[in-house]
Amino acid sequence: MDFAYLAAGFGAGLTVIGGAFGIGKLASSAMEASGRQPEAAGDIRTSMIIAAALIEGISLFALVICILLALK
Amino acid sequence: MEINTSNAIQDTLHQAKGDVGSDWIMHHILDSHQLDFAPFGSIQLPHLSLFGFDISITKHVVFLWIVAILLLITFKIAASAYKKSRIPHGFANFIEVLIVFVRDEIAKPTIGKGYEKFLPYLLTVFFFILFSNFIGLIPNGATVTSNISVTTTLAILSFIAVQAGGMMKNGVFGYFKGLIPSGVPAWLLPIMFIVEILGLFTKPFALAIRLFANMTAGHIVIFALIGLIFFMKTYFVAPVSVAFALFIYLLEILVALIQAYIFTMLSSLFIGMAVHQDH
Repeated sequence: MDFAYLAAGFGAGLTVIGGAFGIGKLASSAMEASGRQPEAAGDIRTSMIIAAALIEGISLFALVICILLALK
Repeated sequence: MEINTSNAIQDTLHQAKGDVGSDWIMHHILDSHQLDFAPFGSIQLPHLSLFGFDISITKHVVFLWIVAILLLITFKIAASAYKKSRIPHGFANFIEVLIVFVRDEIAKPTIGKGYEKFLPYLLTVFFFILFSNFIGLIPNGATVTSNISVTTTLAILSFIAVQAGGMMKNGVFGYFKGLIPSGVPAWLLPIMFIVEILGLFTKPFALAIRLFANMTAGHIVIFALIGLIFFMKTYFVAPVSVAFALFIYLLEILVALIQAYIFTMLSSLFIGMAVHQDH
């Protein structure tokens, strides 16, 4: 039985859960901080985008492994 | 380690071309020996070989050259505008905005004192990744940075810049000594040393994979959405498909900018950590 596709699907789904949870938490604290101090909104937005790109980098590592699994 | 992984990724992606369903998706994403000008036709590119190494001119090689020529032309135009007056107008003004952005937001805060020595490298990397990401978004254009070999090369260049910068500032032995933070108990030193040496290699590896995966994933999603139309063999999927693909396309533009910024910023962060080791 060929479980590679199933494993790839599960892996991608779990990765998305982790990534979305992390970025969601990040975005919520960024919004809260912007609400408390609107002058710092620009700096907060820049830091938020950087952190989001790094978290997304991690979930894309897992995505690459899932693609390798699905295609081999 | 990085070379073997890049071979593994390339071999797997090439194996996928045999599958009928995803054949045309992989054809658009992977390197190939022909330049396509759909719908006009395609140009076959020559296969070259040197001492058993395959140095044939492929699509990505041609686009590497195109990006390089575009960079040269852009900065020649921008630099020559400074001959007329100290304050540039027009195109050179726009390039100056980006260069000042890289200098003030990326290089100065992370490297601190002595950032001027590394600014040429950081600027080159930033504009190379920016231009190649954007050229990949043009129809019939190939994303050079979606090739794991290219991103691995960029990561190796960053690695060399970090080590060279650190060793020139701190001395070869002093650099390795400074890797371990001060105030560490003696029994922890062997583990710390191994972890720090491993960390030297995993950081550029992560840089390479991050850029490669971001670029490839975006293109795969767009092609998969458009391919839904062909897979379902009906035209009624087209509005939904094209709308989603357009949204992902706009996201891709943002990701192109962000990935260039992240690569440059992490490179300069590593350079800063290597040069000023007492922080």
